[in-house]
Amino acid sequence: MTTLVIAHHDNAELHASTLNTVTAATQVGGDVHVLVAGSGAGAVAEQASQVAGVAKVLHADAEQFKDGVSVEVANLVVSLAGDYSHIMAGSTTSGKDMLPRVAALIDSSQISDIMSVESADTFKRPIYAGNAIATVQSSDATKVITVRPTGFDAAENGGSAEVAAIEGPAAVGSTSVVGRELTVSERPDLGAADIVVSGGRGVGSAENFKIIEGLADKLGAAVGASRAAVDAGYMPNDYQVGQTGKVVAPNLYVAVGISGAIQHLAGMKDSKVIVAINKDEEAPIFQVADYGLVADLFEAVPELVEAL
Amino acid sequence: MKVLVPVKRVIDAYVSIRVKSDGSGVDTDNVKMSLNPFCEIALEEAIRLKEAGTATEVVLVSVGSADIETVMRSGLAMGADRAIRVDADNDVEPLAIAKILKHVVETEEAGLVITGKQSIDGDNNQTGQMLSALLGWSQATFASEVVLEGDSAKVTREIDGGLETVAIPMPAVITTDLRLNEPRYPTLPNIMKAKKKPLDVIALADTGVDAAKRQTITNVSPPEARSAGVMVGSVAELVDKLKNEAKVI
Ligand SMILES: Cc1cc2nc3c(=O)[nH]c(=O)nc-3n(C[C@H](O)[C@H](O)[C@H](O)COP(=O)(O)OP(=O)(O)OC[C@H]3O[C@@H](n4cnc5c(N)ncnc54)[C@H](O)[C@@H]3O)c2cc1C
Ligand SMILES: Cc1cc2nc3c(=O)[nH]c(=O)nc-3n(C[C@H](O)[C@H](O)[C@H](O)COP(=O)(O)OP(=O)(O)OC[C@H]3O[C@@H](n4cnc5c(N)ncnc54)[C@H](O)[C@@H]3O)c2cc1C
Repeated sequence: MTTLVIAHHDNAELHASTLNTVTAATQVGGDVHVLVAGSGAGAVAEQASQVAGVAKVLHADAEQFKDGVSVEVANLVVSLAGDYSHIMAGSTTSGKDMLPRVAALIDSSQISDIMSVESADTFKRPIYAGNAIATVQSSDATKVITVRPTGFDAAENGGSAEVAAIEGPAAVGSTSVVGRELTVSERPDLGAADIVVSGGRGVGSAENFKIIEGLADKLGAAVGASRAAVDAGYMPNDYQVGQTGKVVAPNLYVAVGISGAIQHLAGMKDSKVIVAINKDEEAPIFQVADYGLVADLFEAVPELVEAL
Repeated sequence: MKVLVPVKRVIDAYVSIRVKSDGSGVDTDNVKMSLNPFCEIALEEAIRLKEAGTATEVVLVSVGSADIETVMRSGLAMGADRAIRVDADNDVEPLAIAKILKHVVETEEAGLVITGKQSIDGDNNQTGQMLSALLGWSQATFASEVVLEGDSAKVTREIDGGLETVAIPMPAVITTDLRLNEPRYPTLPNIMKAKKKPLDVIALADTGVDAAKRQTITNVSPPEARSAGVMVGSVAELVDKLKNEAKVI
């Protein structure tokens, strides 16, 4: 039994979600290999080789892998699939985009977004926005799995795996990335942050979100948002926490001006400590909050920044 | 160009679901059912392409039993020209659904498929990508903007780091994200008209697809409940609790 983990990276650095995925792979049992497909991503392969529990790193270096285009990466994974009992990627937008292609091409039924490994063929995964947990047993010879990063601890450093250079199949060449508008921020990554401060429709405007950012900076936190706040243009799409946005599970989650719809709760209710600040004492967010404060956010948040 | 829109019936997004006490699944009896919100967005995009003269016909397709026809009619009321139901159980796995859809795409000679990025019940986020791979077509997932330019398309995608724009050749499978458009509500006259629009039924056997399950759901349980918290009376009390009780700051 050997599991292939598809590394998520930007050619410079391994994304934190890969470390969680490696942990899921080690829980399956057997060896763990990591595939780094990139262009000039030698540093990433090196970094992957130092992750504890990794036996081997496969490094495919070619122009076609530069932007992580899923058609290209999936074909590479398919060419390697015969050697593996399990193929895993993190449930990031790139893993979700790419891995179902692999599953279809090797005729395996994918298991999406697992939150625990019960055995080598049985996994738990959330359905209905996390309002139900399904235990799923797979009969496919090769199990193709996306892994919810918050379900697994990050693998530590301390490995010294061999790095093997491999050749990929010919490029398809049909998809080109023609533009990217990426959020540049000094704050921690939303998916991996220890503390997250999120704002909702109650914040009222993009301008007012500075209040949320001020609190986040005081706490060294990442900033998140509800769908309503993103739809209204207060914050970019990649800040959305929830069933159809990012799933986070920080030590502390502070929800400000967020009502607590089930789709939002789906993305944050596994946080260790939840604080809610809302002026409506009936808001459903208080049902999941460890500490609730009924207050006007425009008074409470500045006061909180002051008190910290 | 004919546009195919695969749609799925789901428990309405605003219903609180109930897990059955015997662990067999989620209670779907007497629960409000709707079109999956992402499928509505897919359908809206297809209808707009037809209104713009880019698409010639919008065909809705759904895999499932006769009970899904009610929500298929609401898709017709939004503006799809006709619908196809592939008669099957309501728990077919995404891989088999993708194979069935491939058959329909080929017999219909569609030039574009728009699916939802995920359904809000299974939350699988697989079907569109699988279909694209099986067809050997271009793929653009999580779309927030689609611009068709003759034989190619420019699609802006919502990714973890922000936005990414890809250029792809047609034909393609595109999956929708939340901010692609705001789906219209069907008007009463259109609801009436939809009753007369064609809704053809194809037998699963006629697609040639083996939809046998590869997975067994051995148990469905409610998530661990969070224990009730406390209300604090002031910002000072909140800071004190976070520092001295929860010890998270
Ligand atoms: C298919 C689908 C997918 C979805 N996916 C997601 C998702 O991934 N993530 C997500 O978040 N949502 C998602 N939603 C939307 C979700 O259903 C809710 O509409 C959304 O979460 C509401 O955002 P909100 O709490 O910011 O806004 P509202 O529900 O409008 O709540 C605003 C809150 O702010 C409070 N407030 C107002 N002013 C103040 C003030 N001055 N001080 C303090 N409090 C104040 C109000 O009391 C209220 O509780 C999805 C919906 C659908 C249908
Ligand atoms: C009673 C019940 C029992 C179930 N038992 C099982 C089980 O034992 N094993 C198991 O794996 N799953 C089971 N499921 C889940 C069900 O099989 C999933 O809904 C199915 O796998 C499709 O996944 P998804 O809708 O999450 O796909 P996604 O990939 O999230 O869907 C994305 C898009 O694909 C398209 N699409 C999806 N489904 C259809 C469809 N039917 N027709 C047309 N287009 C579609 C839509 O455009 C949709 O927006 C069960 C569901 C029910 C209701």
